[in-house]
Amino acid sequence: MLHYIAKRLLQAIPTLLIVITVSFFLMHLAPGGPFDGERQLPAEIEANLLASYNLDQPIWKQYLIYLGNLLQGDFGPSFRYEDFSVTELIGQGFPVSLELGMWAILLALAVGLPLGIIAALRRNSSIDYLVMGTALAGIAIPNFVIAPLMALVFGVFLAWLPVGGWNDGHWRNMLLPVVALSIQQIAYIARMMRASMIEVLGSQHIRTARAKGLSEREVIWRHAMRPAMLPVVSYLGPAAAGIITGSVVIEQIFGIPGIGRYFVQAALNRDYTLVMGTVVFYGALIVLLNLIVDLIYSALDPQIRYDD
Amino acid sequence: MHTASEAHTVGESLGREAWRRLKQNRAAMTSLVILIILTVACIAGPWLTPWGLSEVDWNAFTAPPSLAEGHYAGTDANGRDLLTRSLYGGQISLSVAVVATLVSLVIGVLYGAIAGFMGGRVDNLMMRFVDIMYSLPFMFLVILMMVLFGRHILLIYAAIGAVEWLDMSRIVRGQTLALKRREFVEAARALGVTNRTIIVRHLIPNTLGPVIVYVTLTVPKVILLESFLSFLGLGVQEPMTSWGVLISEGTDMMETAPWMLIVPSAFLALTLFCLNFLGDGLRDALDPRTR
Amino acid sequence: MRKQRLLLASSAALLSGLMTLPLQADTLRIAIMGEPASLDPHKISGTWENDVVGDLFEGLVTEAADGERIPGVAESWEISDDGTEYTFELRDDARWSDGEVVTAEDFVYAFQRILNPATAADYAYLLYPVKNAETVYEGDADPETLGIEAVDDHTLKITLERSTPYFLDQLSHYTAYPVPKHVVEEHGDDWSRADHMVSNGPFKLERWRSQTRIEVSRNDQFHDADEVALDEVVYFPIEERTTALNRFRADEIDVARDFPTQQYDWLQENLPDATTTAPFLGIYYYTLNTRDGHPTADPRVREALSLAVRREVITNQILGTGEEPAYSFVPPGVNRYDAPQSSMADMSQEERMARAKELLAEAGYGPDDPLELNLRYNTSEDHRKVAIAIGAMWEPLGVEVELNNSEVAVHYEDMRQGDFDVGRAGWIGDYNDAQNFLSLLETGVANNYGAYSNEKFDALMDQASETQDLDERADIMAEAEKLALDETATLPIYYYVSRNLVNPDLQGWENNIEDIHRSRWVSFDD
Repeated sequence: MLHYIAKRLLQAIPTLLIVITVSFFLMHLAPGGPFDGERQLPAEIEANLLASYNLDQPIWKQYLIYLGNLLQGDFGPSFRYEDFSVTELIGQGFPVSLELGMWAILLALAVGLPLGIIAALRRNSSIDYLVMGTALAGIAIPNFVIAPLMALVFGVFLAWLPVGGWNDGHWRNMLLPVVALSIQQIAYIARMMRASMIEVLGSQHIRTARAKGLSEREVIWRHAMRPAMLPVVSYLGPAAAGIITGSVVIEQIFGIPGIGRYFVQAALNRDYTLVMGTVVFYGALIVLLNLIVDLIYSALDPQIRYDD
Repeated sequence: MHTASEAHTVGESLGREAWRRLKQNRAAMTSLVILIILTVACIAGPWLTPWGLSEVDWNAFTAPPSLAEGHYAGTDANGRDLLTRSLYGGQISLSVAVVATLVSLVIGVLYGAIAGFMGGRVDNLMMRFVDIMYSLPFMFLVILMMVLFGRHILLIYAAIGAVEWLDMSRIVRGQTLALKRREFVEAARALGVTNRTIIVRHLIPNTLGPVIVYVTLTVPKVILLESFLSFLGLGVQEPMTSWGVLISEGTDMMETAPWMLIVPSAFLALTLFCLNFLGDGLRDALDPRTR
Repeated sequence: MRKQRLLLASSAALLSGLMTLPLQADTLRIAIMGEPASLDPHKISGTWENDVVGDLFEGLVTEAADGERIPGVAESWEISDDGTEYTFELRDDARWSDGEVVTAEDFVYAFQRILNPATAADYAYLLYPVKNAETVYEGDADPETLGIEAVDDHTLKITLERSTPYFLDQLSHYTAYPVPKHVVEEHGDDWSRADHMVSNGPFKLERWRSQTRIEVSRNDQFHDADEVALDEVVYFPIEERTTALNRFRADEIDVARDFPTQQYDWLQENLPDATTTAPFLGIYYYTLNTRDGHPTADPRVREALSLAVRREVITNQILGTGEEPAYSFVPPGVNRYDAPQSSMADMSQEERMARAKELLAEAGYGPDDPLELNLRYNTSEDHRKVAIAIGAMWEPLGVEVELNNSEVAVHYEDMRQGDFDVGRAGWIGDYNDAQNFLSLLETGVANNYGAYSNEKFDALMDQASETQDLDERADIMAEAEKLALDETATLPIYYYVSRNLVNPDLQGWENNIEDIHRSRWVSFDD
């Protein structure tokens, strides 16, 4: 097991290298540079700026310089936010995004799984239709509609919760964004759980278990839950990625200082170092998440062995 | 436990059998009919409305729905008929949904089934590739692609399709991993059936349940992804539009001109609801184990 | 709408219902429209950065509540007869927030630093009127040769290249702020971070959480600190205007520096006391590509396009927040200048369309050979709406418009490379003078995206800059502008307005054409 984890982590290195390489060159290919804006800089100054960020070097040299700095843990200065280094920006933003995302995933599981199970057990009942109808509404409405709507209703009309801001993670500030971020995932998880539960309940080994005269409770908890969870666990990797993407919108709408917004902003600003910083960071995070998902998967399904 | 012959029959009569059962599912059939009507409306509808796609009614900016003026669903901030634009937008949204989902379905199912079935080093390599793809931030890639190649509808198809197959392949692989140790696969193998046949005949049909459920999730996701891109200002170019573009325009106006949000949202929600019921119906019809 | 109050003596207040005046910390909460790139006055170029930095620093000259220029660090000054030598007497009680005296040397140091090519300050060109500034900035001369000199600790002499009537105005701009030499030399470029920053304005920096909030508190060393009512100001960077509006409505902020135009009707109905708009020193225009090979190289085509744009429809129906239709390139309200109007201003819509059709026919376009145009605009809800409307207005002329929307960096890159027929642009005055606008149309200027070039125009602009008499200078510039308007050098659409949401309890917030509001003048009424 440990051997397997170590091996996977080692494999992450070439993965990240490819991610870095592709992103680096793609980004430098894109038209427009970090100093292009409404005002044209005098040529001399632009040259000065480019030189001070090594942007006047041939691209392969810039790439090597970047890799060298990265190995020393130096993400470089942000082109856009000059009073902060990329490390500082990510260091300040990531805990916020992490907290937001963790709560959203937890909420999605805590609500989605039971809903899916209940719907599966009461298949075709009015509860099933209610749950699935609601879940569908959760999928059918984009989060950039739900988020401002919630801000309007709970923040402005009812004035129960703050409309925006982070306030160092106060629960009142966190509630709306977490809910807005998780709604879609709740809906997905509930639907997946229902579908896979129904499938498992119809399978041979459950029929056998029932035939043995086990109580319904035992059948579900002992025999049906674990296999039924598998597709949901598979989905956790993509769900996490979805949460990160979703946080781009949610962080923007609620004014939350996470790193989600850098994905878009930094790319639009051609803030090369910040883009690369978030890309590397995000890549590492996803690799780690996938590893965790695989480990949970193997824990749930003893048929899969990571012996090779 | 499944037997080899039981699984074998699945592939044979899948189509006809499934269709028969689907027809018995009233919700699914109603949804199918609505979806067909919707599609036809989006294609033919714009000729029937009194206004053109980018035709400006200089007397009706942000006007509420009015039968007398011929703006059955109101107008947008530029005085363009919302119904007409919603129908045109449907063309884009539906085509993105269909094309991108098909791309993701074909690539993802084949890829996942092969990886899961082959196992070992091949699986490892293939999944590593998926990991790499995952680790590339989607948003960033799409933004760069849009910037590099200009904003084109084909690019939106490709970008979304290229991302969605990853999920599909993981799910199919997970299913296949569990399935391939089942007796019917072992039996088929013992009978000397080729890998190719096992994958196509035995594994893929048995993963269809979760796959179809996932497709019914993917289609709305694709439509939503497209709208997400629109929200970030990376959607289709004016004067063309999509439900995503229309909804994101409407969001800013939800208090002052609610119809701008409600009309395209209604189209989107109706489509997604119907897709859902159809998906469930298909799942029931296709799943060999519910027999 | 109420201010956030910190009850420092709340327990006392609770004990006695009779105690009606607890000590309060007055905090102003402002939504600024973006995250500052830096708080170093030499490294910024955005209006949202000006909001913060302008509260932290004070130049030789500063802005009153209504935007009028009043003495700042300089108590008085003398200008030589030829208008090229300024001698400033600095006030004795000007202090940095760490207690050090603000000296003439701090200004010399600041000017030399911002114009030093190594600093790569992108806004430094505003100081070009100073003698040798341009050569220093371009690296051809030593910073020591700059026309600024500390005669003694409290006397500063600035020498200009030539008489510049708007120079005093410019001295209130952040490019001309002093920087604390003793701190910058100690910490280098890190001096502007919250743990090192020392400033000389009414407020001093306390904390900066990136993307979240910037907190400043009253600077007790400030010479006018007794008159500063606020104890603290918190700036929230919020790019989404709808979010800013919602937070304003939820009473989480007191001032929003912009609001969504599409909400204007709602705002006027529901928050009439808080919604303010005012003329702003800016022009929204379409630049027409005059390079060879573009249909817009033909002045007749340009004029026809301009004639067909119904500006009133755009200002009243598309935008509708008090913008004025533009028939000149220089906005009204600019100091010492009366902008000439384009001749089409007096024509009726029918006359304009008839003339436009004539002109297009003369230029060789018609039903068989329609004019095809590529219209570029950068991503923004308002830009999109305007582009769509203008595209529709050109339709009756038989013009086929292809709309092309891209993000800012790509948009301006394409504009500079001339890859467009018609392109969206806007200009907000760096300083309140017509020259700042008209220079955009001079041959070879970087921001002259359409590459408009007219020798006579250039000659007039040169002549104006050599002219000392203000009236005569204005006449020459007006002649130049008339020339550009007659040739439809650009297509002016509307004059900007500034939009703010302001807590009605706030005193001392006055609209002005530059939309500059320093927190030192603001207070809550009690």
